Amino acid sequence: MNARGCFAICLALLAASFATGEANAERLIVSVSNHRVTVTPNYSGEELVLFGAIERDAATPAAPRAYDLVVTVAGPRADIVTRRKERKFGIWVNSDYRQFVKVPTYLALFANRPFDDIASADVARRQQLGLDNVLLTQRIGPDYADVVPNDAFRSAFVRLQLQRGLYREDTSAVTFITPTLFRTGIPLPAQVPIGTYDVEIRLFANGALVTRTETAFEIVKVGFEQFVANTARQNGLLYGLVTAAMALMTGWIASLVFAKD
Amino acid sequence: MQLYLPIADLPVNVFLILAMGAAVGFVSGMFGIGGGFLMTPLLIFIGITPAVAVASVASHIAASSFSGAISYWRRRAIDPALALVLLIGGTIGTALGVSTFTLLRSLGQLDLTIALSYVVLLTTVGALMFWEGLLAMRRIRRGVPAPRRTHGWIHTLPLKMRFKRSKMYLSVIPVVVIGVVIGFLGAVMGIGGGFILVPVMIYLLRVPTTTVIGTSMVLTLFTMLFATVLHAVTNHLVDAVLALMLMVGGVTGAQFGARAGQKIRSEQLRLLLGLLILAVGIRFAVELVIRPTELFTIREIGVNE
Repeated sequence: MNARGCFAICLALLAASFATGEANAERLIVSVSNHRVTVTPNYSGEELVLFGAIERDAATPAAPRAYDLVVTVAGPRADIVTRRKERKFGIWVNSDYRQFVKVPTYLALFANRPFDDIASADVARRQQLGLDNVLLTQRIGPDYADVVPNDAFRSAFVRLQLQRGLYREDTSAVTFITPTLFRTGIPLPAQVPIGTYDVEIRLFANGALVTRTETAFEIVKVGFEQFVANTARQNGLLYGLVTAAMALMTGWIASLVFAKD
Repeated sequence: MQLYLPIADLPVNVFLILAMGAAVGFVSGMFGIGGGFLMTPLLIFIGITPAVAVASVASHIAASSFSGAISYWRRRAIDPALALVLLIGGTIGTALGVSTFTLLRSLGQLDLTIALSYVVLLTTVGALMFWEGLLAMRRIRRGVPAPRRTHGWIHTLPLKMRFKRSKMYLSVIPVVVIGVVIGFLGAVMGIGGGFILVPVMIYLLRVPTTTVIGTSMVLTLFTMLFATVLHAVTNHLVDAVLALMLMVGGVTGAQFGARAGQKIRSEQLRLLLGLLILAVGIRFAVELVIRPTELFTIREIGVNE
């Protein structure tokens, strides 16, 4: 190898290490099976597949490292009110409530092993690993804050979202096909909200974040049902009039059909 | 066959909804009522939110009262003047009802209000009807004629008007008031109100039985049409797909119900209807008193992005 060639390689390596900003450079290359999920009326839930590879270059330490992956999928954000029933005058009524501000309507947290094993409690909190550590801002009176994970409203909110299949936590969902090749399924139940879903993939090694990358997909609803829902929201008056006309038509047809006897 | 309801945001079985529509239609045809007081609770029991149930049932009642009103119109069993005066009140009541509905929904107390109104209204009306039916049956068994009714205080009110087809001379004040009340209850509770309106018109206003059902159907028809449009404009909660299935099932069931109803004596019919109304009311009461398995509920209040 001549001197010029050696210089070129050194330059390329230098560029690569600057690009990732890391001394030990791993790169994540990911792709989802479908960037645009179309929800049709008979959609009964689907699973997207996320594939990825950990690319190592010459600067990566030679000793094989144990990699951990955390995949976070966050759907469009919305304000969600959680109300609690209390017994008043012998009956159960909604009394207290909390408003969760701009929280994801869909949230999936996947990893290849339990979050406790991936990183220390401190790192897990900073990196928002696990539903207990995800930031869910509440508005309590004039203040905005996230509260302790065992707060009654927060845990009820997470529990209800888990029940609806819109929040998920699965620490065995990410599987390594080879030491550097991984995949995970992203289940999307029928009631997924439409919008853009951000997918964040974070690579951990020895309890520390190594690198991260992002991708996204979109959920669109098509078909008659969605057309109805859109019209109802955007043209309330027209929608109401058409429904009223439909009622009259049905009533009239019925009286024609059954008039003979 | 599963079908996704766009507004209720829920997959449902088409045949279940059609069957529910037919069953309620049968009962409504049998008793000559709209059947909203049965349909709304049934929808709530299968998991549709009370708000969507109330708003969607309005159009269903409109359809069944329209087909009923047509046949009563042909038999000249509708008093147009009386219907018009009732409607003046009904329109005001519906508008008030829909705005109350919107207000309660934003306060998070809509579901409770709907449930409480059902308990109070249905247990009272149901118990009264049941009692009245029992008395009537005993009278008939003993061969005692029904007591003669005297004209009450209602007939001393001013602003009297002549209702030709019903052969009545009556103040418009109670008529308008009744219209307001029925319109209000209909919009908030998802009922046509026929099961209250008919007895009230008979006992309070002394409307003859020949015109009472037809005229009450006209009021129900218009208040429910108005409620449908208002609910669609203000709360976007009318599920047209759900409503259409209910309508188709409902109008079909009503035809068979009407035939079955002709074979039963009227006091037995009232007794049965009273029991049915009472049962629905008690079902709601039980729901309110026992501790719910899930104390928390969540609701999205606007997507920002």
